[in-house]
Amino acid sequence: MAARIHGGAGAGAATALSTFNPKKLVAPSRTNLPAARSSKRYIVAAAGSDASKKSLRVGHSQKLIANAAVATKADTSATTGTGHELLLFEALQEGLEEEMDRDPHVCVMGEDVGHYGGSYKVTKGLADKFGDLRVLDTPICENAFTGMGIGAAMTGLRPVIEGMNMGFLLLAFNQISNNCGMLHYTSGGQFTIPVVIRGPGGVGRQLGAEHSQRLESYFQSIPGIQMVACSTPYNAKGLMKAAIRSENPVILFEHVLLYNLKEKIPDEEYICNLEEAEMVRPGEHITILTYSRMRYHVMQAAKTLVNKGYDPEVIDIRSLKPFDLYMIGNSVKKTHRVLIVEECMRTGGIGASLTAAINENFHDYLDAPVMCLSSQDVPTPYAGTLEEWTVVQPAQIVTAVEQLCQ
Amino acid sequence: MSLSRLSSRSNLIPRPLSAAISRLISTDTTPITIETSLPFTAHLCDPPSRSVESSTQELLTFFRTMALMRRMEIAADSLYKAKLIRGFCHLYDGQEAVAIGMEAAITRKDAIITAYRDHCIFLGRGGSLYEVFAELMGRRDGCSRGKGGSMHFYKKDASFYGGHGIVGAQVPLGCGIAFAQKYDKEEAVTFAMYGDGAANQGQLFEALNISALWDLPSILVCENNHYGMGTAEWRAAKSPSYYKRGDYVPGLKVDGMDAFAVKQACKFAKEHALKNGPIILEMDTYRYHGHSMSDPGSTYRTRDEISGVRQERDPIERIKKLVLSHDIATEKELKDMEKEIRKEVDDAIAKAKDCPMPEPSELFTNVYVKGFGTESFGPDRKEVKAALP
Repeated sequence: MAARIHGGAGAGAATALSTFNPKKLVAPSRTNLPAARSSKRYIVAAAGSDASKKSLRVGHSQKLIANAAVATKADTSATTGTGHELLLFEALQEGLEEEMDRDPHVCVMGEDVGHYGGSYKVTKGLADKFGDLRVLDTPICENAFTGMGIGAAMTGLRPVIEGMNMGFLLLAFNQISNNCGMLHYTSGGQFTIPVVIRGPGGVGRQLGAEHSQRLESYFQSIPGIQMVACSTPYNAKGLMKAAIRSENPVILFEHVLLYNLKEKIPDEEYICNLEEAEMVRPGEHITILTYSRMRYHVMQAAKTLVNKGYDPEVIDIRSLKPFDLYMIGNSVKKTHRVLIVEECMRTGGIGASLTAAINENFHDYLDAPVMCLSSQDVPTPYAGTLEEWTVVQPAQIVTAVEQLCQ
Repeated sequence: MSLSRLSSRSNLIPRPLSAAISRLISTDTTPITIETSLPFTAHLCDPPSRSVESSTQELLTFFRTMALMRRMEIAADSLYKAKLIRGFCHLYDGQEAVAIGMEAAITRKDAIITAYRDHCIFLGRGGSLYEVFAELMGRRDGCSRGKGGSMHFYKKDASFYGGHGIVGAQVPLGCGIAFAQKYDKEEAVTFAMYGDGAANQGQLFEALNISALWDLPSILVCENNHYGMGTAEWRAAKSPSYYKRGDYVPGLKVDGMDAFAVKQACKFAKEHALKNGPIILEMDTYRYHGHSMSDPGSTYRTRDEISGVRQERDPIERIKKLVLSHDIATEKELKDMEKEIRKEVDDAIAKAKDCPMPEPSELFTNVYVKGFGTESFGPDRKEVKAALP
């Protein structure tokens, strides 16, 4: 088999796209890269997953097995041909509808979720099916209706509170932090708050600064809540169901640009574990940790990287609070290099916390410093080209991996 | 109704009280009609009548419980000065009539939620003195296991939802509880209490709007003690008629120092809310202490004002006068009752002082609901998945 990486060459040139310091030292590798790769280069694709269009084909004359760049379904339920195909927002709706059928205490409240069907159609049809008392159109008062949802949860209802855009939930920050997160603790365990707070966030297509916010970094310190981010129709439905069934308050982060992703999901009922990360693409050279929309940028970069001979392991961390340090730790022990790609701001983002957690727990296993690619610390500009530069692009990811694997 | 007649009754139900008290708190439910001190002022509704149905038993219970509340708050004052209670301590003395009158009009299925001045409401909902003092001193047996403190008293089985530190945030919670009551079709209401300072919070009007839109059985009770910490109401609100601020929502202004007026108003409000949706009650009351223990309470009001209210409008004195004028008990018996109450409070404090602090491991309990595997995992964790229901 032909050696694909010529040790270290070609990785030195920092392109104009690179935004990080090329002088960063890369420690000598503990494992000999070419030897490690020799027998483990070919990764079998996940069975039966014909999900998003980004399947990876390694173009070489030799016989290769295609690496599927998409989710290997780490959970059970092998998808046979009897699944059904749908878009991500439909998957969310399916999950929500199944839970509302299953438990009469589940209700939805938010702006325009009822008669309008939801601004991203996640709650379409639910008002007709379940009535006005279970799918509630609220006036525009995030502080009050989030508070009301939490108050209702104290008595045993299970509201799903929708922020039309995650950024609007900043108005409800007091309720989310003080009441939602802390009531279970300050009441000595008397009250549980089984709410789900969900909504789309992230940088969209030129939506402007106030509508392109990433709130996971603001909420991550609140004790008592769990945060998950969905990225595919499969895990969107699974996480929605798990979040509704959880007795803890869960914040489910969706992304404005991912609502129209298409995937085939199983017909039978399934849930995704809230605290578990998802192995997207097993690999050997470097661990790339990501979530939400950046997963797709990473997989796009992975295409290029595999062409260049690298073998990245891509993990969608999914659980933003708490981190699945088990899966992450096992991966770090295997690859010894970590790159975090996220859409949060550099300052105080999820990546910053994850870097700290990895450094604290897995310092001895690291061959290189943990690198974190995040969005720029700027309000998201309107102009398209500028907006593109605020978030991490696949080319930057490729450069970073090349640097780390020097 | 002379005292000798009371003492000779042989069908007294024995109660776990001292002999002196059991002679007074009889099962005598002879009805008494009492006139409230002031008429009700109404906004968009017909005020209830000034005549309140009561009984001798109720009068004595009012006196006893209010004296207990008063004694408890004064004791908390001394404990705070002795540095056994730390942080914030907001005392309710002067406002006891609101707590008592409300309890008399409702059941334990009706929910109450209030702000940080919650010690007496907790007591009224069935909490014990021991739990109160243990929680105030941060001990293990406190009602919130010592982890809440003065501002976080809760009692789920009595539908008391706390105990909240952030001004005004409890009102949307209260409307949410009312929503759940309507959703589950319980014939119950929620009393969301707040102060004159919180009455200017936007989320109040947001919650009121939703409550009125969805016909929720929520009753907003403004305990107007005329000062939002150090700011007098006329300096904080353009319109200090808080019962009218609901605009399209009916309101009632009540003399909050008269327990019977409060009782009548709450009864009226409950009937109204179950049929017609939200209503605002403004309780005109007064607090003798400052806003909290760090506030002397005299920099923004004169001592004459405080002592004036204490002489003319004190709720316990009013009940005492009623008890004496109806010959239900003598002066001496009431004094004995107060002594007994003092002893009860002192005993509770002594017991709470002996209670140990929470275990260090309690720091991490009840952050999440147990069993959902939400602890942070170290790298060598054996168990991978947590089972969801």
